Amino acid sequence: MSQEASIATSATQRPPFWRDVRVIAIFGQIIFILIVSLVAGFLYANVTSGLDRLGATAGYGFMDRTAGFEISLTPITYSPSDSYWRAFQVGVVNSINVIVVGILLASLVGIVVGISQLSSNWLVAKMAQTYVAIFRNMPLLVQLFFWYQAVFLSLPRVQEAVVFLGPTYLSIRGVSMAGPVPGDTFSIWLGFVGVGLVVSWGVSYWLKRFQDQTGRQSPRFLITCAIVLTSAVVGIAVLQPSPLVWSVPERTGFNFTGGIRLSPEYAALLIGLVAYTGAFIAENVRAGIQGVSKGQSEAARALGLSTGQSMRLVILPQALRIIIPPTTNQYLNLAKNSSLAFAIAYPDLFAVARTIFNQTGQTVQIIGLIMVSYLIISLVTSVLMNLYNRSVRLVER
Amino acid sequence: MTTTPNLIERPRERITPLKWLQINLFSSWYNSILTFVCLAIIYMVLSPLLTWIFTQANWDVVTVNLRLFMIGLFPVEQVWRIWVCVALVTSLLGLSWGIWPQVIRGVAVAYGCALILLALLPFSGTTRISLLVCGLLIFSGFFLGRLFADRSRWVVIGWVLTLPFIVYFLRGFGVLLPVIETREWGGLLLTMILSITGIVFSFPLGVLLAVGRRSSLPAISLFCTGYIELIRGVPLVTILFMSQIMLPLFIPGGEAIDAIVRAIVGFTLFTAAYIAENVRGGLQAVPNGQYEAARALGLNPFLTMCLIVLPQALRIVIPANVSQFVSLFKDTSLIAIASQLDLLGIGRAVLGQDAFLGLHAEVFVFVAAVYWVFAFSMTYVSRQLEAALGVGKR
Repeated sequence: MSQEASIATSATQRPPFWRDVRVIAIFGQIIFILIVSLVAGFLYANVTSGLDRLGATAGYGFMDRTAGFEISLTPITYSPSDSYWRAFQVGVVNSINVIVVGILLASLVGIVVGISQLSSNWLVAKMAQTYVAIFRNMPLLVQLFFWYQAVFLSLPRVQEAVVFLGPTYLSIRGVSMAGPVPGDTFSIWLGFVGVGLVVSWGVSYWLKRFQDQTGRQSPRFLITCAIVLTSAVVGIAVLQPSPLVWSVPERTGFNFTGGIRLSPEYAALLIGLVAYTGAFIAENVRAGIQGVSKGQSEAARALGLSTGQSMRLVILPQALRIIIPPTTNQYLNLAKNSSLAFAIAYPDLFAVARTIFNQTGQTVQIIGLIMVSYLIISLVTSVLMNLYNRSVRLVER
Repeated sequence: MTTTPNLIERPRERITPLKWLQINLFSSWYNSILTFVCLAIIYMVLSPLLTWIFTQANWDVVTVNLRLFMIGLFPVEQVWRIWVCVALVTSLLGLSWGIWPQVIRGVAVAYGCALILLALLPFSGTTRISLLVCGLLIFSGFFLGRLFADRSRWVVIGWVLTLPFIVYFLRGFGVLLPVIETREWGGLLLTMILSITGIVFSFPLGVLLAVGRRSSLPAISLFCTGYIELIRGVPLVTILFMSQIMLPLFIPGGEAIDAIVRAIVGFTLFTAAYIAENVRGGLQAVPNGQYEAARALGLNPFLTMCLIVLPQALRIVIPANVSQFVSLFKDTSLIAIASQLDLLGIGRAVLGQDAFLGLHAEVFVFVAAVYWVFAFSMTYVSRQLEAALGVGKR
């Protein structure tokens, strides 16, 4: 009786405030914020006084000044008389160029090698595994130096260039190969392809509904491809002058003109990034396929699906769910690793920003600029991959 | 009376080499084509490569500068300190082999044999004896480890204490061990020291950040999340660039801070964010019942974390953290760009010697091979560990 009463009172009685969890929580956070802001204030004071000593100015006004330095690779028009902003933009475009091409090629390498690792052919599997073991365990920077200095800069001079089929020339000036080069009407042609893509998407959607309603199958993928391809071919046939010109490199003095030219820096960076990241993606692909339980492929076979069908309809959709999140991380790594470009003189955004820093000495602003640029690149990549991930993830009801 | 059933053993097919070839290489027409294509590729890659390695390459650049590659400008008369450290690590490796045979065996045997084989090469007398002793330490450690297989905790503590001890011992103190400044460390030694200090400092920081990110207090969790995502969003070179340039500004009198210490700060801040994400994965994998049970036992949140949750979480994420350590080991090569003389930096410096101009391929292949040996053995251990812990199978 008295016990019940004491319980009742203790329930209504609040504990002393220094033992109240809610008070402790708020108090703890206030202390934490205080400490953080004190440390930040201390650092901020040091930095500002340090910068004053170095004579740095606040704000980004200095970026409008004339850059005055050459950039070896300019996909957008640039001259040394342009502003620092323009130079930085060139760096950003160069970075994005190598990141996008790198991600595409690395995925291709990763998928091929990853599947080969599980091949029933002993030799194929062993070769793929060796490739992964070798390239995953060497620092990317060493690989980049190797490709750049030991391979591309050791190639013969233009006059003695190594010639492959195509013709493709390998020389100290990089790689020059024959290939289609955008002509005057290229942008109109892109429109043709765009229309083809939209039409094929509509047709594919309609065929899918048709299949859902009637159960009759159609070669949806082939039809989609055919439509896009047709629109591209029609574009080339109709447009005058041709939107894509087949261009063959020619030796002129100490360089090549025409064709598709990759500078040694770009080629080395691309090969390095693709070989390195491809090995990691290959491991993800292998783990993803192995992660699908064996019962799934057995069940698919029991249902009478062919090997290809069971791979396409049963295994891959499930494997993709396992593969995509770690592969997104690898794409982000590739994007971040592309900053090693400056070590081999490829003018990416980090390299250009470093040059600007060396000329202006504006520490904080340049570091901020670099960080924000990479954060945006990372953010865009992960948003795109998350959108894709959503489309393949398990739909739970 | 019961009749014993007539047990017939399953017919066991003898696999002859020819049969093996047929199954593994020529099972169908496209497999046969693939096999031939692969053989062609292997021939095309290996034959020029082997000719280059054995006939064309000028390995003098490596043999002449081997000391530089291994220890940089470390004073010759103090080299015994390095051997003491190597001996310490090899005996620990041997002990670990005795205690966790399935995880360590491969690496321990390979290292032991490699050290003994290296002792056969024509180095100086003391070097060969030291190599031999270190190799034998691995094998004797194995037998000792087997005797004390139940004392695994001591070996773990030994590892944890050894790593800081090595750094302290190599740097030196007082009269007995003259101080050797970090700028005299170089080559593989510097690479190792950088990775070890990086992991020793970043691990606790990473665990704190992970726990902080999972905290129910918004101020702390926001701060930790912000830190982790910011660091993970930018490349390591940016962090290193920042630590080289900004650190002297942050701390009064920071110009005196050694470039290598600055680099270690950069690596630590960077790696901590990644370790935090790994540990967070482990924390999420600990079932809620564990928290509730700890609370029912009357443990406060701090003790719950230390005694119940973290031991389980950290165990799960050992393989992920080993991978992180491997990537830190590889990433230390980035300080070569800040013209420090780590393994890669020495390689680049050696290329400036007049006698060895233009031998890029030899130097970079050697450097890459050294990195590869250590990174691969760590990856290998981590894979064995994953199998032993049964991660993903429970």
